[in-house]
Amino acid sequence: MIAFLIKRLFHALLVMFVISVIAFAIQDNLGDPIQQMVGQSVPESERAELREELGLNDPMLTQYLRFAGNAARFDFGYSYVFNQPTTAVIARHLPATLELVAASTFLIIALSIPIGVYSAIKPRAWLTRFFMSVSIVGISIPVFLTAIVLIQIFAIGVSWSPFPADTGWGTWLNDALSTDGGMPAYGRGNPVHVFGTWDTNFASLEGLTYLVLPAISLASIMLPLFIRLIRAEMLEVLQSDYVKFARAKGISMRRVYFLHALKNTMLPVITVGGVQIGTLVAYTILTETVFQWPGMGLMFLNAIERSDIPLIVTYLMIVGLIFVITNTVVDLIYGLVNPTVKLTGKPA
Amino acid sequence: MTDSSHTSSTNTPSAGTSSASAAALPALPGRWERFRDSYLLYSFKRDVIAQLSLLVFIALVAIAAFAPWLSPMNPYDLAQIDILSSELPPFWIDGSDPAYLLGTDAQGRDMLSTILYGARVSLIIGFGAVALQAVIGVSFGLMAGYLGGRVDAFLMRLADIQLSFSTLMVAIIVGALVKAIFGSATFSTYAVPLLVVIIGLAEWPQYARTVRASVLAERSKEYVDAARVMGLRSKRIMFRHVLPNTLSPIFVISTVQIANAIISEAALSFLGLGMPETHPSLGSLIKAGFDYIQSGSWWITLIPGAVLVILVLSINLLGDWLRDVMNPRLYKG
Repeated sequence: MIAFLIKRLFHALLVMFVISVIAFAIQDNLGDPIQQMVGQSVPESERAELREELGLNDPMLTQYLRFAGNAARFDFGYSYVFNQPTTAVIARHLPATLELVAASTFLIIALSIPIGVYSAIKPRAWLTRFFMSVSIVGISIPVFLTAIVLIQIFAIGVSWSPFPADTGWGTWLNDALSTDGGMPAYGRGNPVHVFGTWDTNFASLEGLTYLVLPAISLASIMLPLFIRLIRAEMLEVLQSDYVKFARAKGISMRRVYFLHALKNTMLPVITVGGVQIGTLVAYTILTETVFQWPGMGLMFLNAIERSDIPLIVTYLMIVGLIFVITNTVVDLIYGLVNPTVKLTGKPA
Repeated sequence: MTDSSHTSSTNTPSAGTSSASAAALPALPGRWERFRDSYLLYSFKRDVIAQLSLLVFIALVAIAAFAPWLSPMNPYDLAQIDILSSELPPFWIDGSDPAYLLGTDAQGRDMLSTILYGARVSLIIGFGAVALQAVIGVSFGLMAGYLGGRVDAFLMRLADIQLSFSTLMVAIIVGALVKAIFGSATFSTYAVPLLVVIIGLAEWPQYARTVRASVLAERSKEYVDAARVMGLRSKRIMFRHVLPNTLSPIFVISTVQIANAIISEAALSFLGLGMPETHPSLGSLIKAGFDYIQSGSWWITLIPGAVLVILVLSINLLGDWLRDVMNPRLYKG
């Protein structure tokens, strides 16, 4: 166990080292900090002095070590645009993204497990076929398109009248096919302040309405994947001897499915889920762009547009750190939950 | 075009790299008779969904390839654009102009033409990126699987790191950096090759992993031992002996990867890190139209969106079918 832990931690540190080298290379090669600090009018001699003072003429290794040392203390310098420490800017945008991710994770878990289990238990039911066809279509729809369609239907509204409006049933069908819209689809509204930089959308009903469409969009990309994964794993588990034995023993089917089979189904789901967190962060960039949700993804895109190099570098480092931590934790949890994984130094 | 490639026995899977038309689906090595009696064709004939998807896919590739001849106007030609006819709806809505079948966008470009040209750009980038991924991923996967040891550990660690970031994230970051280095103007000029490189670099690990897994299985077989005993060089064994036996998983993931590459390109373009609006792909059309959705002009964004979904869906369905036929346990091992 200790050996496994040390190996994983070493791996995590190695990845962080690679990320920091990339981040350092970006900082070093893109943009001129002097230019950003003093602008055009300052004479060359003064620039050279400032350059020397900031240590920009030092050897590469010294500069990298300084960068890494500062990074270890979460000091990434000042954002050009906001004129604040970049970490403060990130801290202001982080809660919005985390709340969005939390809401869609909730949706994914709450929907994928029942649907996945159902379609494994009843592989031939028409509802299963429906879920499976929807899920392959879902995989093929990019997340920003789902978001746009949701905006069109629920925020702007659709009026469609293919049936004659002068008859009672026609009006009823037309109404059923049309939507009023009106759901908020821009920004976060007025989130309730909790503490520090954390404002929450979960505290009020109004806040939740702002969260609904972005969360559904973000969940839509993962949901098909998880439904298919849970179904496939569950189908496999249901074939195994211990399930047959439990069934033969006369344990109620409900207990077999949800206690015995589900446990082993969830093992691979944990690993895949952990890896997908990375993908989820990437998709927050897209979702936040569509809904102008003031989170880290939108901030990152704006930083790219304005060439705010320190902020870009900070974002990379922090997102990298989040990835590394989740991957390590997922690996450890998997090792702890699954007794067949040997927690020794040897690769599986 | 797919049929003709089957009849020629000399075609190689890597022949149709950058051109959209040549890299179309199953280009199995082998003669026409062998193909005719194969299980592949047998199951294709029985699978309506696969037939439909192939039909839709070939139709889309064809209209994209012949876009300059099919489309009513050239969306790149500023002289043909009339700003006065902007935001016209498609033909089934009141107020449409019969000259513009699917309406016009905010600049007055004919939607049908921009979509045809856009699909062309999307497909070129998709196929190009997958060709690049295949070259990088297959060679790395072969090296990792066949040579083993440190090479294997290093390459697979690299793939792990990149995959843990997710391919889209890597593509976004690399795209952002490339754009920052080259500047917007240069980036727009060379957007197609740059996007091919960005998406190709972001997604090679999928190939490398798949190839490595099947190389590991092949390596322990007797014919490889025999080749080694005969004194052949590793390079020759890798490319001439092992590689041909790992082709079917490569085909299977190629279809999925083309769909992924097209979606990645659309996502990058939607974020403003891809094709410029003057030379749009489906993704940049969606982005351009999104600004006008609030004013009620939904067709500018949703029609290209629908085309994108149909294109990706047809490829995904084909990939599903191919995976079932060729290697049912590919994604399980």
